[in-house]
Amino acid sequence: MMTPISENTATKRYVENALRSERRHFKIYAVLLLLALVAPFVVYPVFLMKILCFALFAVAFNLLLGYVGLLSFGHAAFLATGGYTTGYLLSTYSGFSTELAILLATAASTLLGLLFGVLAIRRQGIYFAMITLALAQLVFFFYLQSPFTGGEDGMHGIPRGALLGFIDLQNNLMMYYFVLAVFVFGFGLVRRIVHSPYGQILKAIKENEPRATSLGYNVDQYKLVAFVVSAGLAGLAGSVKTIVFQLASLNDAHWHMSGEVVLMTLLGGVGTLLGPVIGAAFVVSLEHQLAQSALGNWVNVILGIIFIVCVLTFRAGIVGEFQKFFKKNFR
Amino acid sequence: MSSEFVLETRNLVKEFKGFTAVDNVDLKVRRGHIHALIGPNGAGKTTVFNLLTKFLIPTRGQILFNDQDITSLKSAAIARMGIIRSFQISAVFPHMTALENVRVALQRFEGSSFHFWKSEKSLNKLNDKAYALLESVGLQEFANTVTVELSYGRKRALELATTLAMEPELVLLDEPTQGMGHEDVDRVVELIRKAAEGRTILMVEHNLSVVSKLCDRITVLTRGAVLTEGNYQEVSQNPVVKEAYMGSEATTLEGAH
Ligand SMILES: Nc1ncnc2c1ncn2[C@@H]1O[C@H](COP(=O)(O)OP(=O)(O)OP(=O)(O)O)[C@@H](O)[C@H]1O
Ligand SMILES: [Mg+2]
Repeated sequence: MMTPISENTATKRYVENALRSERRHFKIYAVLLLLALVAPFVVYPVFLMKILCFALFAVAFNLLLGYVGLLSFGHAAFLATGGYTTGYLLSTYSGFSTELAILLATAASTLLGLLFGVLAIRRQGIYFAMITLALAQLVFFFYLQSPFTGGEDGMHGIPRGALLGFIDLQNNLMMYYFVLAVFVFGFGLVRRIVHSPYGQILKAIKENEPRATSLGYNVDQYKLVAFVVSAGLAGLAGSVKTIVFQLASLNDAHWHMSGEVVLMTLLGGVGTLLGPVIGAAFVVSLEHQLAQSALGNWVNVILGIIFIVCVLTFRAGIVGEFQKFFKKNFR
Repeated sequence: MSSEFVLETRNLVKEFKGFTAVDNVDLKVRRGHIHALIGPNGAGKTTVFNLLTKFLIPTRGQILFNDQDITSLKSAAIARMGIIRSFQISAVFPHMTALENVRVALQRFEGSSFHFWKSEKSLNKLNDKAYALLESVGLQEFANTVTVELSYGRKRALELATTLAMEPELVLLDEPTQGMGHEDVDRVVELIRKAAEGRTILMVEHNLSVVSKLCDRITVLTRGAVLTEGNYQEVSQNPVVKEAYMGSEATTLEGAH
């Protein structure tokens, strides 16, 4: 019925626009990567690694909230599962390969994500959030009671081991570059997903789910895949974080953690790729500053106030507002 | 494929907590027809559409598509069989461009909709076809416009382009001209006429002048039940219809809104 028109300006312009925005993004990424590479010579590497771990956690979370429109309130469970699995393997079996521990920890979180997803994915909006929260609470109590986690005390002195058997991760600088590599991998994966044929369907589902269904897409399956990937990446973040700090604790499994990642993502800019990264850096730095000051006990209150101000005044988050400003003034 | 009726419902019932919204509806939509479903507000027209596409589960009854029982299929599966619906409020993807809206539909035939490792550039091969579809509904100038910025009438045209991209056998349109000015209505009527070539259309429509121009057959629904069925002449002469539809026997159906 339709005869394709090969050379038309509208579709050409479409392709050009996409290319231009991709190039602009890659320029920004290149600058940020350069900064990240020299950063450990200026800033304490362990602090940077903390930021990177939480940034990866938030990037994973944002894949769901920002690109599928699903608010999970149980992501702490995946972070903790990544951490505990890694801690258990590395402290129980001496000489256990670090990279294998990370791989298995990520797999464990991915499986847990599949379980959560199958149970929750059909629910909409607030019900989805509540079910993920309830499941995460179950996981929390499991870790509280299990002997292998050390309960309230947590696991300590987890050996970092060596990468590929010869790169000594006890060296903070080595450790830092490894964490950076893991982060770049996670970020790159999410970016790829968002800008893939599958990502287009996710966007359609987020924008108008009934319409996506009426076009013949099984929306639950698409959401489930995103949920499982997000859980796996959250587990990867937890795993690496455990190796950095050489400890795994109940903090990671607590619902506070699920809330904190929501905060980081919204502050930085939900549905933007860099937003969660900036948000994580902001929250971690703020917590760090406050913990050293006289206001140490007020961390949660101050974060809460910032959160409220953010929701009321700049809803798109730091990166989101910046993008709006850029679009308005430079295009 | 060659059955006389594309769509058939048998004793279709939907009850909401004791209230019967769709009451024993037997509907037969002939292949190639533009079939109208009319009736006053709250008659159950949208509910029938929701049942046909499984956005609601029927309480009782059967739905047949090309003589095949599809009562137990899910929404997405029904769409993949070739029944594509529109919604009473325009169904578009607001923060995608018009071109991308149509492309999302075309993507279903690509089998790449789970390919998360590929670049979205791989979708550019669909651009020409998507553009041709936009052209067919007169939206070629707006190919790169983000959909939220389109006027209401153009959104509905875009919705139609997206629907046609699926090459559906049966199209369900829920009030395609609702809330439109005269010019837009005329354009949409032409679009529907064009879209109907080689397909079957079942449409809910309040604007009776549109119905009279387009439709081969009309089913009148009141309080969930079929009141009567026939062509425009027959239906508009029916005194019961006049009363039920207009609330008074005195008013003629001509030019009613
Ligand atoms: N999900 C639901 N739960 C309960 N009642 C419903 C539901 N959906 C529809 N109804 C009721 O069923 C009846 C039929 O509604 P429906 O939307 O099908 O009417 P309609 O013929 O499309 O009307 P309109 O011309 O206003 O669009 C109405 O009384 C409505 O309140
Ligand atoms: Mg209706």
